[in-house]
Amino acid sequence: MGMTMSQKILAGHADLKSVEAGQLIEARLDLVLGNDITAPVAIREFGRIGIEAVFDRKRIALVPDHFTPNKDIKSAEQCKMMRDFAHRMDIENYFEIGEMGIEHALIPERGLVLPGELVIGADSHTCTYGAAGAFSTGVGSTDMAAAMASGTAWFKVPAAIRVVLEGAMRGWTSGKDLILHLIGLIGVDGALYRSLEFAGPGVATLSMDERFTIANMAIEAGAKNGIFPVDEKTRAWAASVSSRPYAAVEPDADAVYEREIRIDLSALTPTVAFPHLPSNTKTIGAAEKLRVDQVVIGSCTNGRIEDLRVAASILRGRKVAKGMRCIVFPATQSIYLAALREGLIEDLVTAGAVVSTPTCGPCLGGHMGILAKGERAIATTNRNFVGRMGHTESEVYLASPAVAAASAVAGRLADPEEIMKAPGHGAFTKAGAAAGAAAGTATAGREKA
Amino acid sequence: MKTRGKTFKYGDNIDTDVIIPARHLNSIDPAELASHCMEDIDKDFVSKVRKDDVIVGGSNFGCGSSREHAPMAIKASGVACVVAASFARIFYRNAINIGLPILECPEAAAAASSGDELEIDLSAGTIRDVTKGADFKAQPYPEFMRSIMDSGGLIEYTRSRLASRGAAAKTAR
Repeated sequence: MGMTMSQKILAGHADLKSVEAGQLIEARLDLVLGNDITAPVAIREFGRIGIEAVFDRKRIALVPDHFTPNKDIKSAEQCKMMRDFAHRMDIENYFEIGEMGIEHALIPERGLVLPGELVIGADSHTCTYGAAGAFSTGVGSTDMAAAMASGTAWFKVPAAIRVVLEGAMRGWTSGKDLILHLIGLIGVDGALYRSLEFAGPGVATLSMDERFTIANMAIEAGAKNGIFPVDEKTRAWAASVSSRPYAAVEPDADAVYEREIRIDLSALTPTVAFPHLPSNTKTIGAAEKLRVDQVVIGSCTNGRIEDLRVAASILRGRKVAKGMRCIVFPATQSIYLAALREGLIEDLVTAGAVVSTPTCGPCLGGHMGILAKGERAIATTNRNFVGRMGHTESEVYLASPAVAAASAVAGRLADPEEIMKAPGHGAFTKAGAAAGAAAGTATAGREKA
Repeated sequence: MKTRGKTFKYGDNIDTDVIIPARHLNSIDPAELASHCMEDIDKDFVSKVRKDDVIVGGSNFGCGSSREHAPMAIKASGVACVVAASFARIFYRNAINIGLPILECPEAAAAASSGDELEIDLSAGTIRDVTKGADFKAQPYPEFMRSIMDSGGLIEYTRSRLASRGAAAKTAR
């Protein structure tokens, strides 16, 4: 019986010729990840195992990104505990403030995950690296502790749902809209314990940044992992971040999928997830144009350079609405620097947005933008659970960077199309945003009207 | 081993953000975490919960963040077991790994009401709703997971695995 991409990676790392859904296996790990919230518990548990060293100091990554720069004394103590452990164990991939970025943007950027690899992280959004054709999944701190000791973890081999993408997205629609649409379609447990394997001709139309956004939110459908096939774009990306060799994996032609979902990308429109579940989606046309108090652009879902280009292109020459707070979080230092060099930061600040150092911050109600009772935020983040960004009676609406930026200008939930009809400084295309990486200029992504 | 306690009943998709809000994740102390357990969905939980009480949830219990602080807070609250129609996978893993008993049983989860007395036999996987006079049988654990639980959790399991690996390496030499 044929294997899916996820099953093949798991089999390879368990030294098995084949595996099938439901089988329990122990597999070798290429990378074990933790952050300032989850690693302290893992370090405490690691201490209970009673060994002196981690399995491989080069295969562990520790990223202080959640409550950093340290938001209070207790967070500072947790970060210190992680830093001390990293030094004691001589962990190569510990990233201090200044190098630190949001883990799921930083790890791929540093070339620490490549196609065909197997990664676990004590953070649910570890599934992000499926964009690179890797099998990666979130676990808890005790799993992380055991993995730091043994270099292995146990897995129940997942069945898969195949998501076939056709056509290409239009207008302001992006990877975020696709994943919100899919979660709306199958529900927050629609892929529980399963892999979401993306396929079809539409994959080639998606940029790497979009694939990271899509794989990132596989967990919001309950999936164990989300994974993309490895194509020319993946290979070009891999070559740009690492010179390490890798072995890309393809699904077998006779792989068994539990279910197939077909999505016509050209039929998608900007989509918003209303409180309090990521599956509670509406298209922008059908969404009430509610007044908003805060816009958050960033996170491991949408804090990459293309996201900032889209946001800046909408805010450029416009103003954040009076009474609205717009907070932008470039996900890593190099994304921050690229945005600076391209003039995006100037566009954002001139428009009245604030730009922060990388942090998970408000996404999980940590710091840097907490909501008061009754307040409403549109965020490019990944969860809108009760109290996620602050008070239990506050609300989070999940959307793309384009919808978030348009809403910042309007002071209410807004369609980017509508905002861009108003006088601005030149039209913008998504294709231009991707091309901006090569051009690296302030006008990248803009086409003069 | 049988336990008996009162039911705290919640709905579907109980996420780890409401089990333990992120604002309290600047601590890894189980007792401190327990003092905030469920506070964003049930302000009275902390004052009312007693040793051996049971949390009953619907489908996808423990979805969202991977924070192990969630099962840790529940365990430190004295809760004997979480019964749900289904569990989110990271929560399921975490509970097994840290030794928080959980039982997957859609029928018992649907039947139980808040305040019901539940008698639970973990080794048999049975749930008795004493208040309603109804009996239920939960999904059995796969053998591998039983062996982790029988070791006392993943840390103990890993310690013994590493010890036997080390012994095997010595023999090979």
